[in-house]
Amino acid sequence: MIKLRNVSKWYGSFQVLNDCSTSINKGEVVVICGPSGSGKSTLIKTMNALEPFQQGEIVVNGISLHNPKTNLPQLRSRVGMVFQHFELFPHLSVTENLTLAQMKVLGRSVEEAKVHGLKYLERVGLLAQKGKFPGQLSGGQQQRVAIARALSMDPIVMLFDEPTSALDPEMVGEVLDVMVKLANEGMTMCCVTHEMGFARKVGHRVIFMDHGRIIEDCNKTEFFDNPDKRSPRAQEFLSKILAH
Amino acid sequence: MFSLDLSFYNWELFTSYILKGLLFSVQLTIIATVGGIVFGTALALMRLSGRSALVYLATFYVNTMRSIPLVMVILWFFLLIPMLIGRPIGADLSATITFIAFEAAFFSEIVRAGIQSVPRGQGFAAEALGMTYGQNMRFIILPQAFRNMIPVFMTQTIILFQDTSLVYAIGAYDLLKGFEIAGKNYGRPIETYILAAFTYFIICFSLSKIVRKIQSKVAIIR
Repeated sequence: MIKLRNVSKWYGSFQVLNDCSTSINKGEVVVICGPSGSGKSTLIKTMNALEPFQQGEIVVNGISLHNPKTNLPQLRSRVGMVFQHFELFPHLSVTENLTLAQMKVLGRSVEEAKVHGLKYLERVGLLAQKGKFPGQLSGGQQQRVAIARALSMDPIVMLFDEPTSALDPEMVGEVLDVMVKLANEGMTMCCVTHEMGFARKVGHRVIFMDHGRIIEDCNKTEFFDNPDKRSPRAQEFLSKILAH
Repeated sequence: MFSLDLSFYNWELFTSYILKGLLFSVQLTIIATVGGIVFGTALALMRLSGRSALVYLATFYVNTMRSIPLVMVILWFFLLIPMLIGRPIGADLSATITFIAFEAAFFSEIVRAGIQSVPRGQGFAAEALGMTYGQNMRFIILPQAFRNMIPVFMTQTIILFQDTSLVYAIGAYDLLKGFEIAGKNYGRPIETYILAAFTYFIICFSLSKIVRKIQSKVAIIR
C-alpha cells in the first residue's frame, strides 16, 4: 500500500532522513519508534506528502508522490492522519469538525456528512459531545474526535504521529483502546509512538529509527523477543524503554 | 482668564456645519476600513505566498506606504491621480482612494501577523484531510486569524477615524473642517475647537470601550 524507496530529506544542510526504504502492506499495523530527533515524525509526514523530500520515491496506493503531476490534496484525502496535538479546528463544533472536510473535499451533502461523521463519533464513544467545541473537551476526548474526523474520510490507511505523547497518563488508555479496536478491524495503520504495549498487542512490524536512518525493520516478535539479534543501538533503546 | 461663550452651542450649529463633516469622516472611515481589510488581506496573502514576484511587490508596497507620512500621501495622490487619468479629481474621491491604498498597507501587516499567529498544526491538519490551499485559508486559517485580529482591527479603525482630519491638506470637508468653518462663522474659534476635541474624544473613547468588551467575547478557546 505504501512503499518508500531510498527516501532522503534535508532541511538546508541538515540531513533529517537518510536513505529510508520500507513498505506498509494492506492490513498491517506498523509501529515506528526511536529516540527524539531520529526523524520518525518527519518520515511519517512524508507518507502523505505533508513534508516534501528531495531524494527517493514514495508510492501510495499506486500513486507516486514525487511525480509533480500528482494531485496531492486528492491523495491526502485517502490517507488519514492523527497528530500529536490533536489539531481539531477550535472555531468549529465537534460535528462541524467531522463534516467540513467530507463536504468540501469529498463533496458529500450536509446530511450525508453528518450521519457518516456521527457514526464514527459514536464508535469512539463520544456521540454525546457532538455539539461541544474542542476547547470544552479533555485531551483524550479531543484526540478521539480527531481519530473520528480522520476516519470520516474513509481512508485506506491511517497514520498516527505520536497520538498519545501530549496526553495525561490517565487519558492514554482511552485513545489506545480506540486504536486497538481500529487495528482489530483490519485498518492499515502506521504509528509513531513510544507506547510499546500497543506495539506488542496489535502491531505486526516494528521500525526503529536513529539519526534519520531505519536501523531495524522486522516483525514484532523478532524485535521484542529476540533483542540480542538486534543492533546494539536498538538493544540500548529497548533496555531503556522497557525498564519502566 | 479668558472668557468662553458657549451660548451658540445649539442644534443649528450641528446641522449647518458639523453634520456634513461628520458624515464625510464616518463614511471615509468605513470605506477605508473595509477596503483596507480586503486589499490588506490580498497583500498579506501575497507576502505569505512564497512566490518571489508577489512577495517583492507586496513587501515593496507595504514598506513604502508605511514609511511616508499620511498627510504627504494624501497630497501626492491628490496631485498625482489627475496627472495619471488626465482629468481633475475631487478632494473627496481622492481622499477615499488615498485612504484605502494607505490603510491596506497597515491592515496587511495586521492580517499577516494574524495568519502567522494561527498554529502551524492547523494548516497541517487541513492539508492532511485533503483540503487545497484555498480551502485551508478560507475555512481554517482566515476565520481563526480574523477572530484573533478583531480587537486590533478596531483599534486601527479608531486611529483611521482620527487620521481623516488630515484631509484638510486637500480641502475636503471633514468633521474637523466643519468645526473650523463653524468657528469662523460664529466668530468663536476657541469654543468650537473645544467642542471638536470633545466630539472626537467621545467617539474614539466609546469605540475603544467597545473594543475592550469584544476582546473577551471573540477570543478563541484552544
